[in-house]
Formats: sequence, structure tokens, C-alpha cells
Amino acid sequence: MAASYLVRIGAEPVRTLGELAKSLRSCPQASIFYHTFQSLEAHHYTSFSSDFAQWALTACNEAALAEQLAIVDLREIVSLEDLRGILAKIVSDYLKEHPQAENRRAFEAFYFCEGREVTVPSGLPAWTLTELAEGIRHLGHQSLHYHFINSRLRLQLQTNDFSFWIEHSLNHPWLAARLNRIDFYNDTLDDLRQDILDVLEPAESR
Amino acid sequence: MSTTEVAKPSAVLPVLQDYAAIVGEPEILELRELARRVAGRHVKMVNSTAVGGGVAEILNRLVPLMEEVNVPTRWEVITGGEKFFHITKAFHNALHGAPYEGAADWFETFLATNEENRRRMRFDEDFVVIHDPQPVALIAERNSGPHRWVWRCHIDLSNPNAQVWDFLKPWVDRYDASLFSSPQFTRGLRIPQYLFFPTIDPLADKNRDLEPEFVRDVLEKFHIDPARPILTQISRFDRLKDPVGVIRAYRLVKKYEDCQLVLAGGSATDDPEGAAVLQEVEQAATGDPDIHVLNLPPWSHVEINALQRGSTIVIQKSLREGFGLTVSEALWKKKPVVASAVGGIPSQVIHKLTGMLVHSAEGTAYQIRFLLANPSFAKVLGENGYQHVKEHFLLTQNLKRYLVLFLVLLQGD
Repeated sequence: MAASYLVRIGAEPVRTLGELAKSLRSCPQASIFYHTFQSLEAHHYTSFSSDFAQWALTACNEAALAEQLAIVDLREIVSLEDLRGILAKIVSDYLKEHPQAENRRAFEAFYFCEGREVTVPSGLPAWTLTELAEGIRHLGHQSLHYHFINSRLRLQLQTNDFSFWIEHSLNHPWLAARLNRIDFYNDTLDDLRQDILDVLEPAESR
Repeated sequence: MSTTEVAKPSAVLPVLQDYAAIVGEPEILELRELARRVAGRHVKMVNSTAVGGGVAEILNRLVPLMEEVNVPTRWEVITGGEKFFHITKAFHNALHGAPYEGAADWFETFLATNEENRRRMRFDEDFVVIHDPQPVALIAERNSGPHRWVWRCHIDLSNPNAQVWDFLKPWVDRYDASLFSSPQFTRGLRIPQYLFFPTIDPLADKNRDLEPEFVRDVLEKFHIDPARPILTQISRFDRLKDPVGVIRAYRLVKKYEDCQLVLAGGSATDDPEGAAVLQEVEQAATGDPDIHVLNLPPWSHVEINALQRGSTIVIQKSLREGFGLTVSEALWKKKPVVASAVGGIPSQVIHKLTGMLVHSAEGTAYQIRFLLANPSFAKVLGENGYQHVKEHFLLTQNLKRYLVLFLVLLQGD
């Protein structure tokens, strides 16, 4: 599939960590998704890939909180409600320990956003590993993100679309597991594509 | 008075496939797939100037690409008298937070001009995209048909003058969706608000690669010495771009570095203040042969490209800013940028990673001196900035956002 996103901006910004803690409990799931999973593709230059962590650092100057929000490993998450609970607890616990930070106004407001996803068939069906690799070479950035990162929530299985297909349709669990070990946190999407192809290409020739 | 349909440029324009060399073949393939879902739908874009300013530049490049992917797009420019544009300039400044001292009849004149344009225009298209406040009241034409109306706001509404915003907001509320250049620019509207970064065209004369000899020739033509550091701000002669503040920053740098300053720009047809500001700038620059104030005609894209490429550091010391596409232009040329943390600039300049953000003339001078003293750091900023623009602020992404927007509107948001 070819995936594209339109970013919708929420109407009510938050201006303090106290407001963030509250909004984390009530905001749409799509916003939790957007500021964690989806922001992974847009943060090659910032300290953290989570928008919440980045805001805690740059707008609130709370480096320790930022670090805690950033180290939540999205690879372990299979439900947005779980992720919401984890993030809200981190902020609430931090504010209990640092009550002076709760109502301090941030340098700039945080706007909850959500990505409106549009998918269309890519016209690149795959029946073999070779065809899969060829399709991956022709995927745009957002589609690669959709299949390798966003898919983890869709599948709710701590894996990605490619590994799932390789395991269940080609019966290569070892290859699926190897692909799933790629660390998407520290790659650009072009690097990620190359890492995936580096795993697939030797397997194609077997 | 008549509305003006913008003539299609006669020069050979790049086609979508030409961008594959920059953004990659996969992005182009996916754009074509998306476009197939929108093909045959008609679009109208309306703004207030065909020449000068970022909006006209974007539309000049975007409209032909939309046509190419079979989304017929008509671009029309509203017309109005001198008084109308004087009023809309005051609105523009007021929406950026400046005081508003409009006469009693200004709102009435604004609406009357919109009404005259509305009567002369036809709105048969599937999607009507109205750019900025000047034509906002054309929404009065909206009927109950299947047409979708979108308001594209290119300016920073984070701190508007209440009187002007209260007047405009009821019109904005009648649209199906609004598009903003940054989340910080929004006003908590009831209609959907979408994030639309403005973009530059990497193949346009203003941004395409140039031969070093050509860059040198342009510098020579304007009597700029390529052997000494060149600090450049490219922008319209507009008080919100603070050209006099740039001269103040340059003078602080000049105490330590034998540098030159280039202030190059022109004026848009919808900006009646340009001539007065140019005069103020020329007066402030008097007596210093190293300050080059260049009032360029609107077709000087390749010269502006050369000036940016020939610069040591590019400055954008705006007091208020819409998005500040001149920043993206400079980053695309791998230039270190020193820019104010206003409007959409922080989306482009991430402090110390893709450029330096500043808050005053003194801060501007301080960071310029730092970069002149640390050229290897300045080079890294330029390289990062180029990648950042490539990922977020190129024309192909703008085309993609519009196609996705139209699909979303068709599906009903």
C-alpha cells in the first residue's frame, strides 16, 4: 500500500505540564499515535523522536522528564491505550516529585495533532522475497513508515507488515525475526530501507 | 475592475518526473497513484497577487503540476483599487499583531471589493482554495452544492489584533477546512485545521543549481566583493522584515569582521508600503559602500539565487513572519542561516542543528560573528539544513498534501 498523511491540528493547545498530563488522558488516540509513532519519521535533527519528549525538553526545560518520555520503547507497545497510560503516568509521577513544574508556562504551546491516513494500492504486489524487495525499493517514505513502524499497532503483535508476511506466507520465521530486530529508532527512512534490503537481499538468493 | 486569470508561463517548466532525481522515484510513483484518485476533479486557487511574495511563487509552480496529474486547476487573482490594498496591508499587519487604526468605512470597502470580485468570478469547481484574508469573503458565493471551500492562511494568526480578527472570523468559519503553515499559527477554529508547510521548488530559477562562474558574474555586476564575507537578507522591503535592524546587526559585526551586507528584494503589487520602506533602508545605509541595497524587479529569480549561493551567511531577521520561505531557499543551498525565532522560521531552523535562531539585532550580530569564526560548524548547519528542506519543504510534498486533502474532503472529514 502507498500511505500518505494529512496532519490535523487540534483546537486547544496546552501550555503547562499540568495541562499536558490532563490532556494525555483525554486526547484522541490518533494524537497519541501521531506524537509518538508518526513523529519517528520527522526527527532526525532533534534530541528525541517523541514529540512529547521534545516539547518537555525544548519548551519546558525539563530534561529528566523528556528523557523518561523518550525512552518508552514503542516496539513493546501493542495498544494505544497502553501507551497513553504509560505516558500519562510518567508525567503525573514527575509532577508529584516536581510540583513547581506543574503550572510553569512553557516557552511555546504544544498542539495536539493527528494524522489523517490515506492509503491506496501501490500497484506493486509481492509473491516472493525478490518481489518484496523490489516493492520496498519503490515505496515512498510515508509508505515505508506505514508498513514497518505504524503496522505494529495495526497488527498488535510487536512486529511489522513485512515480517508478518514473511513468517506467515513464506514460512521463514528466522528471517522475519531478523528483519524485526532492525532498530528503526536511530535510522532515517532511507537508512531503514537499506537496512531492510540488506537483510532481504542475501535471503533472496537462497 | 476585473478579476485576472493568471496566464500560464510560456517558458518550459519542469515536469513531475524531473523531480525524481531529487526526491526519489518512489515518491513520484506514489504521487501519481494518489493523483489517479483525484483526477478529473476541478480546482480553483484564488489569491491577491500574481507577482511577488511567497504565495504567488508557490502557485506559479504548483498549478502546472496539478494540471499535469490531471487535476485541472485554475488560478485567479482578485483585483482592487489602491484603497483596498492599503486596507488589506493594514489587515495583514494587524493580524500579525500590529495596532490597527482603520477608518470607519474600511470593513465596508473590503467587503464591497470582495463582492465585486465575487460577481465577476464563476465557482464551478469541485474545490475552491482561497489564499489569505484578502479574498476571504468570496465564500459568500458558496452554495449548497458539493463544492468544498478551503481557506489557506499563510500568515501567523497567533496574536492577531482582535478588531480585525473578529471581523474576519465569521467568514473563515463558513469554510469546510483551513490550512495553516504551523500549529502555532492557528486560532482554535471550529472547522478542521490542517498543517500545510509552504514549499520551494528545487528546479525553479530561484533554487536550481548554478555554475560558480555565473554566481561570480552576478556578484561582480552588483559590485560585491567575493573575497570578503557576504551577509545577505533577501526579502521584500517591508518593516516586518526589519531591514534597518539587519543594518544595525551588520554594523555590530563590522566592528570585528571586514564584511559586506546585501539587502535584496522587491515589492509585491499588493504592498503599498514598499517604496517608503526602501527609502528608509537607503537612508540607513548611506555612506557605507559595503552595504548593497538592491531593489530588484520581480523576474530576478536567478540573480537572487546567485546572491544566496554567493553569500557566506544568510540572514532573515523578521519581526513577524508568515513562514519565511527565503529561509528554506537558503537552507536548500546549504547556507548557514541566522534567523529570528518568529512565525514559521523555527519549523525550518532548529537552533544549532539546521541554523541559528535569534531574538534581536544584537543576537543576530553575535551569531553571525560565531559562524564567521567557526566555518566548519557553519558548514554542518548548511548540510543539515539542506536535508531538512529535502524532507519537508519541497514542492512535491505540497502537491501531495493537496491531493490528500482533496481525498479527505471527498470522503468527508
